[in-house]
Amino acid sequence: MAKHKTPMLDQLETGPWPSFVSDIKQEADARAKNEKGLDYQIPVDCPEDLLGVLEMSYEDGETHWKHGGIVGVFGYGGGVIGRYCDQPEKFPGVAHFHTVRVAQPNGKWYNTELLRNLIKIWELRGSGLTNMHGATGDIVFLGTTTPQLEEIFWELTHDLEIDLGGSGSNLRTPATCLGMSRCEYACYDTQELCYNLTQEYQDELHRPAFPYKFKFKFDGCPNGCVAAIARSDLSFIGTWKDQIKVDQEAVAAYVGGEIAPNAGAHAGRDWGAFDIQKEVVDLCPSKCITYADGKLTIDDKECVRCMHCINTMPRALKVGDERGCSVLCGAKAPILDGPQMGSLLVPFMEVNKEDDYQSIKDLIENIWDWWMEEGKNRERIGETMKRLGMSALIDAAGVPVDPRQVQEPRHNPYIFWKAEDVEGGWDRDINDFRKRHQR
Amino acid sequence: MAFISSGYNPAKPMEGRISDIGPRHFGEYLPPVIKENFGKWDYHEIIEPGILLHVAQSGDKTYTVRAGTARLMSVTHIGEICDIADKFSGGYVRFTTRNNLEFQVETEEAAKELKSFLNDQKFPGGAHKFPVGGTGAGVTNIVHTQGWVHCHTPATDASGTVKATMDVVFDDFQSMKLPAPVRISMACCLNMCGAVHCSDIAILGIHRKPPLLDHKYLDNLCEIPLAVAACPTGAVRPSKIEIDGETYKTVAVKQERCMFCGNCYTMCPSMPLADKDGDGIALMVGGKISNRITKPAFSKVVVPFIPNEPPRWPTMTKVIKKILDTYAADANKYERLGDWANRIGWERFFEKCELPFSEHLIDDFRDPAYYTWRQTTQFKW
Ligand code: HEM
Ligand code: HEM
Ligand code: HEM
Ligand code: SF4
Ligand code: SF4
Ligand code: SF4
Ligand code: SF4
Repeated sequence: MAKHKTPMLDQLETGPWPSFVSDIKQEADARAKNEKGLDYQIPVDCPEDLLGVLEMSYEDGETHWKHGGIVGVFGYGGGVIGRYCDQPEKFPGVAHFHTVRVAQPNGKWYNTELLRNLIKIWELRGSGLTNMHGATGDIVFLGTTTPQLEEIFWELTHDLEIDLGGSGSNLRTPATCLGMSRCEYACYDTQELCYNLTQEYQDELHRPAFPYKFKFKFDGCPNGCVAAIARSDLSFIGTWKDQIKVDQEAVAAYVGGEIAPNAGAHAGRDWGAFDIQKEVVDLCPSKCITYADGKLTIDDKECVRCMHCINTMPRALKVGDERGCSVLCGAKAPILDGPQMGSLLVPFMEVNKEDDYQSIKDLIENIWDWWMEEGKNRERIGETMKRLGMSALIDAAGVPVDPRQVQEPRHNPYIFWKAEDVEGGWDRDINDFRKRHQR
Repeated sequence: MAFISSGYNPAKPMEGRISDIGPRHFGEYLPPVIKENFGKWDYHEIIEPGILLHVAQSGDKTYTVRAGTARLMSVTHIGEICDIADKFSGGYVRFTTRNNLEFQVETEEAAKELKSFLNDQKFPGGAHKFPVGGTGAGVTNIVHTQGWVHCHTPATDASGTVKATMDVVFDDFQSMKLPAPVRISMACCLNMCGAVHCSDIAILGIHRKPPLLDHKYLDNLCEIPLAVAACPTGAVRPSKIEIDGETYKTVAVKQERCMFCGNCYTMCPSMPLADKDGDGIALMVGGKISNRITKPAFSKVVVPFIPNEPPRWPTMTKVIKKILDTYAADANKYERLGDWANRIGWERFFEKCELPFSEHLIDDFRDPAYYTWRQTTQFKW
């Protein structure tokens, strides 16, 4: 017997897509039955109260979560988001309902042992409800009370050797595509770099010292499966410098119809026979492919590495061997000054595990030093860049100026020349000027 | 309920404390075939919707079965996922960035068997638990934010709008008949934790009424200078007000300058702006992040406002379906939604999708607005 009537939410139990309402009800039942005989550490009926408060929002068209409440674990500035219900008398089970962010394994691979251990903690000490995963990438445990926070942290670190993720004005939990673990396009080991930098910067992750949040994301290639270019203050996107490798026999197999184009991604509709001219050559954005006499040729110097030809014929074309990553800076969502895409800062960087990624760390630290010095409170680095200019960032990052950093040169000639740019500097003598010009 | 201690001693919080250890290394969780062929994959194929084949240089093969989920999931549900992984995929499972599940199996037969098993799992209300799909030129799972389930600033619900949308586009989740992949994303306020600003179709919760002012409490709950500084348009200023003969320090809001971003509320709980009639949804389209053929692009607002219609948001889902179907019928193979709209022209996009164009769709927010106005006489009637 449900604790609250939820006629509106119940309508979300029908339809084919997985229903979060059905699942919360399933959890409510499991907790009510308590077949394992657990001594639940927060109210048993919190899933039901969550449904109750959500139903109320469906009626009111307004949220019933209060804002704020600083809670956390000792010594950390992030990892926990305080949350209180604004109808605590009606829904005591969720009166206090804090979120805990837990560091996910990079690439989000799990074994069931780890998952079962994680949910065991959350079944006992939390609501039993999670987000797998939060949008930043962490595991999100949804709803517990303040006295449980240290206990959860203790069990995570002692029993599972796992830490909390980031929240607040700090480095957020870095996230990566699955990269080399299962993708032939990966130009560098995204997961290892992500892991290494996450470990290197634990202090920055847990103790807010920045003007605002800072995100790293790692895409193994320009396809951008974790949306690094759009979602991270510093994006590491795999790329290559040399030639796309062409297997002419496989090209012939695509042309002959023996292999489906685009790895079969269009199989649901009859698009007609594969037409290499129309589907590959003509769509290449830099028009650097020719197909003649059964042979595909790429003028690699003109290729912009958009991935289209490779995505279309993955068995015939492979990314080059001289691999590394491009580094882009400054992506963010619209708040406050409108959305920003990452801007290309370093066209090509080696991703070198041998020296513990030192050149990447040097770059990161240069950029942070500048932002911590120049950034205003609650200003994302993309906004600092906009305010002070790309050149200031390039200078601070200590990277060479390069035409690849712009789409096109400036439209206005209001150039901020510096004294040292000009022969003789800016110091001049008015009397000397007057010798040549009457007053 | 008796308190169960983990071993943590509040009297000595530093005793035995472990901190800053980060995540576990991902290498511990890779299925054997993935580990052995790490960095040595040769090519992949989509065998059928929801089933991928990856072939390594060594000749090793692995089949991936991909299934959608509601990302809000219970521990009971995760337990079910574990049971499936133990039974079918050697105890390994992966979550994708878009909240799909992936199981690795060894043979095509095993993949098909797992696919039909997953498709058979249903909740009592009839919804699938693990519908297989989300590959290739189709719609994949919607990334989204917290909504009314857990956040203080939402203008709409997230899980509910996503469920309603996925129900309507479910066929395109389980098939691959669109011209190109379509990524739908959802964020319940302008903060866009779900960062929808570069998605083919974006569902965005928006407020339309300036903040309410809880004058009597404001100075106690908020740092007034922070609330003032938070406003990106300078609409908030310190002020005083007299109520029942008493003077309160508070703020005043220049309402015509408000763009309803909610930043002031983030800084000051005494400035709520949610409202049943004021709040609703804006739809944005034409963004992408991949560099394939064309550059990454921002989503554009094409419907400035749709009222909240819980539990199923029928107007919103109808418009989404119309846009998706029009695109599917009209676009070229490999052409992303935004590239199609750019090719036919946005004026034509509105015509074909039968969407009205209003003054709310002409950007007037600071400098970047200028780059969205038309500076040519090349246009279409
Ligand atoms: C004024 C600015 C912002 C405030 C006050 C804010 C507040 C919050 C809060 C309270 C949450 C937790 C929601 C919950 O789990 O209950 C959250 C989550 C999150 N925020 Fe923000 N946020 C802001 C800006 C942003 C921006 C600009 C982004 C990025 C685009 C962002 C990204 C995220 C992400 C990724 C999450 C996790 C969402 C999830 O797990 O689904 N936030 N934010
Ligand atoms: C073997 C693994 C994968 C391959 C070969 C692959 C391939 C691709 C390709 C070819 C694109 C470009 C699509 C286009 O613009 O036409 C792409 C984009 C993308 N992929 Fe993947 N992908 C893989 C895994 C994943 C996974 C596991 C996810 C997450 C669930 C994912 C999420 C995305 C996203 C979000 C995009 C960007 C779409 C956009 O531009 O908005 N990919 N991927
Ligand atoms: C498909 C196209 C997508 C585009 C164009 C896109 C774009 C963006 C952008 C520009 C931001 C702002 C980032 C910031 O200010 O930090 C953002 C944030 C976010 N996006 Fe996306 N995103 C896409 C897909 C995804 C995917 C696949 C996920 C997650 C799995 C996701 C989750 C988020 C989250 C959680 C944020 C907020 C915080 C963050 O930056 O992590 N989005 N997205
Ligand atoms: S970003 Fe590139 S390397 Fe990474 S998973 Fe996507 S397609 Fe593969
Ligand atoms: S990767 Fe893109 S630019 Fe380069 S050859 Fe292929 S289609 Fe052309
Ligand atoms: S998008 Fe806005 S309302 Fe939604 S979770 Fe993020 S901050 Fe909260
Ligand atoms: S909602 Fe945004 S624009 Fe409006 S007053 Fe608050 S901070 Fe200013």
